[in-house]
Amino acid sequence: MLPMNVKSSSRRSLWRRFIAQRHLQVMALLGVAWMIIFNYIPMYGIIIAFKEFNIVKAISEAPWVGLTHFKEFLQDDNLPNVIRNTLGISLIKLCIGFPLPIIFALFLNEVRSVRYKKAIQTISYLPHFLSWVVLGGILATWLADVGIINHILQALHLIDEPISYLAEPKYFWTIIISSDIWKELGWSAIIYLAAISGVSPDMYEAATIDGAGRFQKMWYVTLPAIKSTISILFILAVSGVLSSNFDQILVLRNSLNDSASNVIDYYVYQTGILSGRFSYSAAVGLIKSVITLILLLIANKVSQKINDTSLF
Amino acid sequence: MFAIKRKTKGEAIFDIINNFGMLCICFLTLYPIWYVLVNAFNNGNDAMLGGIYWWPRMFTLENFKAVFASPGIMQAMWITVAKTAIGTVAHVLFTAMVAYAYSRKGLIGGKFYILLGTITMIFSGGLIPGFLLIRNLHMLDNFLVYIIPFMFSFFDLIIFMTFFREIPEGLEEAARIDGANDWSIFLRVVLPVSMPVIATIALFHGVFQWNDYFTGMIYINNENLQPIQTYLFRVVAQSSSNQMMVAVQGSAINRTVTSQSIKLATMVVTTLPIVFVYPFLQRYFVKGMMIGSIKG
Repeated sequence: MLPMNVKSSSRRSLWRRFIAQRHLQVMALLGVAWMIIFNYIPMYGIIIAFKEFNIVKAISEAPWVGLTHFKEFLQDDNLPNVIRNTLGISLIKLCIGFPLPIIFALFLNEVRSVRYKKAIQTISYLPHFLSWVVLGGILATWLADVGIINHILQALHLIDEPISYLAEPKYFWTIIISSDIWKELGWSAIIYLAAISGVSPDMYEAATIDGAGRFQKMWYVTLPAIKSTISILFILAVSGVLSSNFDQILVLRNSLNDSASNVIDYYVYQTGILSGRFSYSAAVGLIKSVITLILLLIANKVSQKINDTSLF
Repeated sequence: MFAIKRKTKGEAIFDIINNFGMLCICFLTLYPIWYVLVNAFNNGNDAMLGGIYWWPRMFTLENFKAVFASPGIMQAMWITVAKTAIGTVAHVLFTAMVAYAYSRKGLIGGKFYILLGTITMIFSGGLIPGFLLIRNLHMLDNFLVYIIPFMFSFFDLIIFMTFFREIPEGLEEAARIDGANDWSIFLRVVLPVSMPVIATIALFHGVFQWNDYFTGMIYINNENLQPIQTYLFRVVAQSSSNQMMVAVQGSAINRTVTSQSIKLATMVVTTLPIVFVYPFLQRYFVKGMMIGSIKG
């Protein structure tokens, strides 16, 4: 008898506690409701990748087609190009765009004057606040036939005729990667600077007494101190490898540079939203999500093994 | 012991090179923006010849007059202002409210709610299922599409939650003794003491709302509802410059104005509000980024 009594009374007290916190529960459940509608229903919607979805019918009515759409993508002529562009752009961004803010933060930290340092910081993260649309406009102005780049190159006699950079696939990756670095260098450095500012001054003093120079202090004191921050951001960067900044690509791509600019995100957008092949496009999107998830887990595991830092 | 700090020769050289490098980075950052600015203030036909690097050659305000006289551009501007203002307030209030509830000790189901949110950070439905949802909710060509789908972010919730947990419990106790319930504690005690984190999230979300063109591009067909970034996208990326001229034709068209010069002026007008706001909020967001980074 006793256990049952305890059970029912604990259930009753649980209910009483729930009633006591009803205001908080309303707040919490509004959040849960939002997540169910805007996060979980789309997750359920993924099943259209395995169906022949038709826009006029409900998802549940659409016939199952198994892995047809996935097979179709593997045989698609666009596949090699899309994979090459997605991985190429992202890996170069990872190799160049990831370490640069760290180097910038290390050197900015060595600037002695506080006011000068603040001014540099303020200037360096200004571009982060510009939209890719505006940046696309700036780039178009710079790279135009009468733009400054062509002017300089012609003045230096490096080229005879103005080049239409955005119309040539071979320049596209360079434009994408350098403009991304231009936009985000200062902003990405903030987090490292914040981490550096937490390093104890004693460490630097000790290093000075040991006779360390500026570079040695950077290498042996500052860098190890921000190692865990670097690891976390690296995990996030690796998991973002397949999302090579859609906003930016969309602004800078055009039909002339398509062979260098068609990445997986654009391909999903083009086949799904523009051409209305929802099921096929959802299948491609699902492949991307799954690979991204696997990359995230691998990067997390590796980082855990190497230096005991992980996201979860 | 080391009261007198003397620079060695090597240190001095390092400082000079480092400072020079930093100056170069500042120049490279600012100059592209400056270049657009001077060209926007130049006579359009003259600018087409190129070669304007430091100052306008034929200074004029005509481009900006044309922008402000164009009903299409101004309508898009108002939509942007409205969606940024309403969207940011809705996002901050709603996310903070949920975060407040999640941050309370002893909330029944609290662990489960947080697990639900964590899953959304790792996995999502993707573009197409998201699009179909918005379509089924009848939010296509509806102003609400800028607000409701962006009202909540679990990432921002974590930042709020970390902050709320630091608030001394005594503050809340005192309000409860005075007869306040959870709603009034949240609105009148918690929110006012959380200004730094609110400013951070508001800045981030405000910038997102102001700069977002993708929502307007895929969910909105009605030109009266498109934000300025979508408008710009259509003329910049799709280089349909004629659209720009058509847009301005309501006003008395001036020969010194070209579609290119209006484009530049529109870019400047679009960017100015952000450039003005962010130095004021700067001291907050470094702190906010740190809070966010602790939990990843």
